[in-house]
Amino acid sequence: MTPALQVEGLGKIYGPGGAADVAGTGPDHGRVVSPSSGGVVAAWDVSFSVGAGEALGIIGESGSGKSTVLRCICGDETPTAGSIRLACVDGGGRDLTELGASARRALRIDRLAVVYQDPAEGLDLRLSAGGNVAERLTAAGWRNFGGIRSRAAELMRRTDVPLDRMDDPVKEFSGGMRQRVQLAKALANNPPVVLLDEPTTGLDASVAAAVLDLIRDLLDELGVAAVVVSHDFSVIELLTQRALVMQHGRVVEAGLTDQLLEDPQHPYSQRLVGAARG
Amino acid sequence: MTLVQPRPSAVERLAGGEPRRALLDELSKREIRRAVLTAVAVPGYQVPFASREMPVARGWGSGGLQITLAVIGSDDVLKVIDQGEDAGVNAANLRRLVADASGVATTTVAGEATVIQSRHRIPEEPMRADQLLVLQVPVPEPLRGVERDMTELRRMHAETDYARMWVSLYEDLVRNGVITQTPGYPCLVGGRYVMATTPIPRWDIPKLHRSEHLSLFGAGREKRIYAVPPHTDVEPLTFDDVPFEVEQPDGACCHRCGSGSPASAVSSFLVELPSTGGAGRWVCSDTDWCARRTEQTSRYGTAAAGGPVREHEEVGR
Ligand SMILES: Nc1ncnc2c1ncn2[C@@H]1O[C@H](COP(=O)(O)OP(=O)(O)OP(=O)(O)O)[C@@H](O)[C@H]1O
Ligand SMILES: [Mg+2]
Repeated sequence: MTPALQVEGLGKIYGPGGAADVAGTGPDHGRVVSPSSGGVVAAWDVSFSVGAGEALGIIGESGSGKSTVLRCICGDETPTAGSIRLACVDGGGRDLTELGASARRALRIDRLAVVYQDPAEGLDLRLSAGGNVAERLTAAGWRNFGGIRSRAAELMRRTDVPLDRMDDPVKEFSGGMRQRVQLAKALANNPPVVLLDEPTTGLDASVAAAVLDLIRDLLDELGVAAVVVSHDFSVIELLTQRALVMQHGRVVEAGLTDQLLEDPQHPYSQRLVGAARG
Repeated sequence: MTLVQPRPSAVERLAGGEPRRALLDELSKREIRRAVLTAVAVPGYQVPFASREMPVARGWGSGGLQITLAVIGSDDVLKVIDQGEDAGVNAANLRRLVADASGVATTTVAGEATVIQSRHRIPEEPMRADQLLVLQVPVPEPLRGVERDMTELRRMHAETDYARMWVSLYEDLVRNGVITQTPGYPCLVGGRYVMATTPIPRWDIPKLHRSEHLSLFGAGREKRIYAVPPHTDVEPLTFDDVPFEVEQPDGACCHRCGSGSPASAVSSFLVELPSTGGAGRWVCSDTDWCARRTEQTSRYGTAAAGGPVREHEEVGR
């Protein structure tokens, strides 16, 4: 069966150079900046697939290229190399990197949703919580006010946003609640693939724990294919079944999350796990 | 009642009179007509044009003025209104400018005009295929309220990405229980582009939908021209379950011609007269239409249901 999301040989280089920049970068060289051109090889040769109902984690230190991978998949960035396929786009027969900008953006309405670390990136803070959800719904063609209201209310309930706050501007919300609204908006049109970039990193520990529980329940219940990026092992452990470890823009280890945490193979993974376990 | 220019004396005719103040040279007019043609070809799309300096402040009708000057010919008859009246200072000023520059005849009677330039209203009398409506638009960008970045605005129009416009209507309904936006109500033109109808009232919007006449919109300050060709769909953005409503006060009727009263078969856009206490009085905003109805009422006892009978039609009886 075609996986919900399939990424092959994905690479992103910032700066002037091309694929030639890759030489001299990566874990073996301890750098992402090409010694010859100064181009930044933010991610290279990243491959994975995620099935419906499955969550894949990407873990690594700051600057290892995790967000770059997500941004290339969702279309915020144009990858330098590689292919991206969704089962819901031509049955996986179409490489998204070949699509035009406008077709790419259209996927964000109902097929590929992103939850950003900073709610301001995924939400319009001036709008009400319901209005943010309404944006997704109207983009998908909803034109019935009552219908939009009840779908927004349903999503608020589902993401534990108090219903009596639905009509308040999101800028008046706490960080945790903003993140719940972002989840509600992302899920508005039942996208089969959801990408989450450090969804709880900006939150206080107790708030983060509650949002994490919510995300886990949602992933379990909705059967979406999810990619979760985090530098925090406890997040990856709670949410994902499989995980990649990234260092200097490359995948250095991939496997089942439990095994990876129990028995990391790559020295870098061992270091990360060791540090996390204290 | 066509406003007749006083006949010049023989000496004045020999002298050739004052040279006309050409506000636009022929090349500029041609360029504006090109923009107009593009606008007609792509209904609702804002066509950029090189807006010239006009002897009126930008945002005060300079866009409409340039269109009128570019399209008007010597056998045209011009009517200019601002709110609903021909006598407003701005309307009078613009009318005089065009008449001086082009020598065309002017009128206050909507039915007699071939070109009607306006800012806030579309005349109550239905316009015909041989008439042209020129609207002066201060803010041509309907998405201005939701986005300021020009590149993003262009993208949104190009991709028909109007979700944020819908959200602004949603938020308006949530906050106020009704859609409060009244002048400048956004409309989808020909099923493709969202257009600002600014600043006509919602009352006038149905007059643009599948109309007999061509409407041209000119924004001088923003350097944009757009158009609604005849028989083009102009649909106000509305949710399926929240009907589009025109703004008309309950039970109000014109205290001059009676338009809008239960006895009257017609209604019109009304404005409230300033009053010192007590119940407000309402009058038609379209003063010429109202005046001719009133005239008939006093002459025949009742105004014709379909609006005023035109002066020249009566002459032949
Ligand atoms: N727009 C850009 N231009 C140039 N370099 C960039 C750009 N965006 C990211 N980079 C570089 O690419 C590398 C990978 O960045 P990325 O944001 O993907 O890392 P990350 O793993 O998400 O880190 P963090 O945990 O801090 O979010 C970094 O070296 C970063 O400086
Ligand atoms: Mg990151």
